Amino acid sequence: MNSDVILRVGTKLILPFILLFAIYVQFHGEYGPGGGFQAGVIAAAAVILVAITFGHSAAKRIAPRGLVEHMVPLGVLIYAGTGVACFFLGGNYLDYGVLAHDPIHGRHLGIFLVEIGVAVTVSGTMVALFYAFVERGR
Amino acid sequence: MEAIINMALLTLLGVVTLAIVVQRSLLSVVILTSIYSFLMASVMIVLDAVDVAMTEASVGAAVSTVLLLGALYLTKSREETPRRSRALPLLLSLAVGAMLVWGTLVLPPFGTADTPIHQHVAPRYINDVMGEVGIPNIVTAILADYRGFDTLGETTVIFVAGIGVLLLLGGLRRQDPEEGTPEDPS
Amino acid sequence: MQAFLAFADHYSYVITILLMVGGLYIVVSRSNMVKKLVGLSIFQTSVYLLYLEPAKIVGGTAPILAPDFTVYSNPLPHVLILTAIVVGVGTLALGLALVVRIHEAYGTIDDDEIKPQDGG
Repeated sequence: MNSDVILRVGTKLILPFILLFAIYVQFHGEYGPGGGFQAGVIAAAAVILVAITFGHSAAKRIAPRGLVEHMVPLGVLIYAGTGVACFFLGGNYLDYGVLAHDPIHGRHLGIFLVEIGVAVTVSGTMVALFYAFVERGR
Repeated sequence: MEAIINMALLTLLGVVTLAIVVQRSLLSVVILTSIYSFLMASVMIVLDAVDVAMTEASVGAAVSTVLLLGALYLTKSREETPRRSRALPLLLSLAVGAMLVWGTLVLPPFGTADTPIHQHVAPRYINDVMGEVGIPNIVTAILADYRGFDTLGETTVIFVAGIGVLLLLGGLRRQDPEEGTPEDPS
Repeated sequence: MQAFLAFADHYSYVITILLMVGGLYIVVSRSNMVKKLVGLSIFQTSVYLLYLEPAKIVGGTAPILAPDFTVYSNPLPHVLILTAIVVGVGTLALGLALVVRIHEAYGTIDDDEIKPQDGG
């Protein structure tokens, strides 16, 4: 893809910050605005930006198709698995208090795991949707 | 001050909506939709919904726009001039709008604290969240903990939507060779 | 002055309904399917506004606990709308995928041109 030099250099400059921001939003979501949805969509937006600027094959090197398609169900599995783990540790389904010795710590851990599950599914789905639309056009 | 900023942003939002209604070029409609989403995110920040604003800015303005552009690339980007009459839809819309505006007259004024919505569940969340969950962002606490089932269902909806699109657009590699898709645009 | 203040208090609701009616008009009157989906998402966004406006308290702050603040906006509508936005993009993507398939099958995305092809 032979696009504008400003666009390519700008993308390279801004890309690490987008990914860093996604990680910040993910792990700081309990103390500031943010969480799994936002982080997932921001990370997916970084991949889409690469695909728009450098072409579809460059984006596939970062996020291969198989990986992205496996991320779609994996996140739901992490979420539901957290619930099942609570179940087997003696609590109710999705009652995170039993995950650690202290109920508050257990809730922190549960929210952390659940948010990771949400982020995995959302980012995987967004990139997979983009790939599906792009590849239909070839 | 907050109310004035809110009114200004809402006015811009209304103008953009009218522009979307009259615009015929679908590419312009998609760009206007992106602008609409950014304005909506600004309104949400004024309304103190920072988590929602962040989601709207990333989902509405970024991903939706990219998906709409992708769909336009695969189809046509020009809207035909309508053949059917526009009088009946206009009349219907105006009637619905008039009834809804009449209904809002009894709603409480903007930004007051003693309305029913602030009396019932919210104070419990705000007062007890530190003792029960121990994280200061109440929205995250409700989303992932108090209403965890809700979010599980919602993640499942995203999963199902993703699978649906992958199936519809032939994204899955395992395809039936006999069952040819109707490819030719006759 | 009194009438103006009363109007200003309800201005946000009036705009919400303007957005809702605009979306409804697009869905009912336009036959282009991409435009219909855009109208549907405008309608949906107006519902977000309808939920978020009553949650706001003038002089309050975002629902993230901090020692300096005592008045917070209602967090529950925020959670509901957060969920709705992400589901909204899922339905939009599914609708667009259907539009793409319809275009491949019929060569048009216009409602009025599809009905004659089906012999209707």
